[in-house]
Amino acid sequence: MTEPRPAISADAATLAFGERTLWERLTFTVRAGEFVAVLGPNGAGKTSLLRVLLGLQPLTSGTIQVLGAPPRRGDRLIGYIAQYRAIDPDLPIRGWDMVGFGLDGHRFGAAPRTRQDRTRIAEALDAVGARRYADAAVGRLSGGEQQRLRVAQALVGGPTLLLCDEPLQSLDLQYQGVVVDQIARWNRRRGATVVFVTHDINPVLPVVDRVLLLARRRWAIGPVNEVLTEETLSRLYGAPVDVLRHRDRLVILGADLGAHEHTADPPSEAS
Amino acid sequence: MSLWHYDFIHQALIGGAITAAVAGAIGPFVTLRNMSFAVHGLAEVGFTGAAGAVMLGVSPEAGLLGACFLAAAAFGALGVRLRERDVAIGSVLAFAIGLGVLFLSLYTKYATEAFTILFGSVLAVSREDVIRTALVGAAALGALAAIARPLRFASIDPEVAEARGVPVRLLSTLFLLVLALAVSITIQVVGVLLILTLVVTPAGAAQRLTLHPGRLVLYSIVIALGATLGGIVCAVYTSLPPSFFVSAFSLGTYLVARWISPVQRGARRLEGPPSYSSQSPHTIRI
Repeated sequence: MTEPRPAISADAATLAFGERTLWERLTFTVRAGEFVAVLGPNGAGKTSLLRVLLGLQPLTSGTIQVLGAPPRRGDRLIGYIAQYRAIDPDLPIRGWDMVGFGLDGHRFGAAPRTRQDRTRIAEALDAVGARRYADAAVGRLSGGEQQRLRVAQALVGGPTLLLCDEPLQSLDLQYQGVVVDQIARWNRRRGATVVFVTHDINPVLPVVDRVLLLARRRWAIGPVNEVLTEETLSRLYGAPVDVLRHRDRLVILGADLGAHEHTADPPSEAS
Repeated sequence: MSLWHYDFIHQALIGGAITAAVAGAIGPFVTLRNMSFAVHGLAEVGFTGAAGAVMLGVSPEAGLLGACFLAAAAFGALGVRLRERDVAIGSVLAFAIGLGVLFLSLYTKYATEAFTILFGSVLAVSREDVIRTALVGAAALGALAAIARPLRFASIDPEVAEARGVPVRLLSTLFLLVLALAVSITIQVVGVLLILTLVVTPAGAAQRLTLHPGRLVLYSIVIALGATLGGIVCAVYTSLPPSFFVSAFSLGTYLVARWISPVQRGARRLEGPPSYSSQSPHTIRI
């Protein structure tokens, strides 16, 4: 028994909303310390999968274990970066407050923060280079600055499993690199597991271990060069898909991965 | 002999101070959650409760508190989000006022009650009123202190808060109940129609002055206290209605705070030209 317990294990997990099945008999194991990217068209159930892992959404059938137990709300070992949402520029919330919520936002009572907690918040801000604007109203910051605060909020509690929902959305290339780098560093140094929902594999290509592809009720999981191939994609989408390698980038033609630049999409997922 | 020796003035000042502290403390959470309309709605239902109590010969304060509390519980249980643009809720609330007017007309002996409930009567506060205000106010402040942190988290980022184990829905109901307590005592001072002048305006001014969560509450309390006590003093000297002075001081402070606005200046200094996040972040792609 030297093998550490898996971070996530899904066994025939199925999620359906009424008549609409998102994914069926999903079966996979994510080892502790793995970096897994989740790809798929809009509406394929990527965010729903994260919600299941967070204990916010029950499965229709099958089982999922997270860190050795059924998913439960408020697990302190899980960090979560939710999908980007615009914040009212007039809201009196500072970056400092937002990151602090990641540490003790769930705690009732009026007890003030300890010096140790304040140090941890400051360190989390430093780690993403957000200390400089930590006292400004969050809603007045640029999308990239806000997103770095979300990363710090997810990391400040010291999670061993990090769930990220499109953390690169609304970021320009430079900040995409910064955010991926922060998360990858957490992944390597702390041995933390990362599940990273994205519609563009390229920014995480250098750091990703495996890809989970959700498409039209079907799915595939494996290393990039096994899953993002013309055979696998064509089989999953039921239509010819081309995969081009251009320098260090993968360009997928004919398969909707939720990115907005793919205009010539095949018929969208089963509805 | 100076007016300041009369008990009714002491009672007005003490009752007003307690109320201002509670209204000022809860205000930043009301603005954070965009609940000005809910505050007004609770106050309108409170009017109906007070008028109904007058008609039945019960104490109007009990009717006020009871109606506010029931309305808060109903809003919470139904999961109603009170929005300005909601026609159905606005119509029901307007009907509540209509019902209150009917109740009062059925009991003509207390015709002045309507004016009192709608516009406040801080100079008519009795010793019992002060004690009741202190008890209700202490309960509201205690409950608010207990839920403040998760409430702020749930108000700003309900999704992440829920994932972190914050009971978002329960907090929303608890906050409505605390708000009902605060509204019921604030009505005595400024009345149903001027409720926002103590519950929302001081918080609006405070958030122009600071972003620090603790200081925000402190400034809001200080502004509400200043407006209330200043309003009572002016009313005593001029024999004009205190509610007028309270709302005038409150609005005045808000305008000054908007004008100074160190928060926005700070943001501009930090950022250079304002860089608002796009309303539709999906369009920002390369």
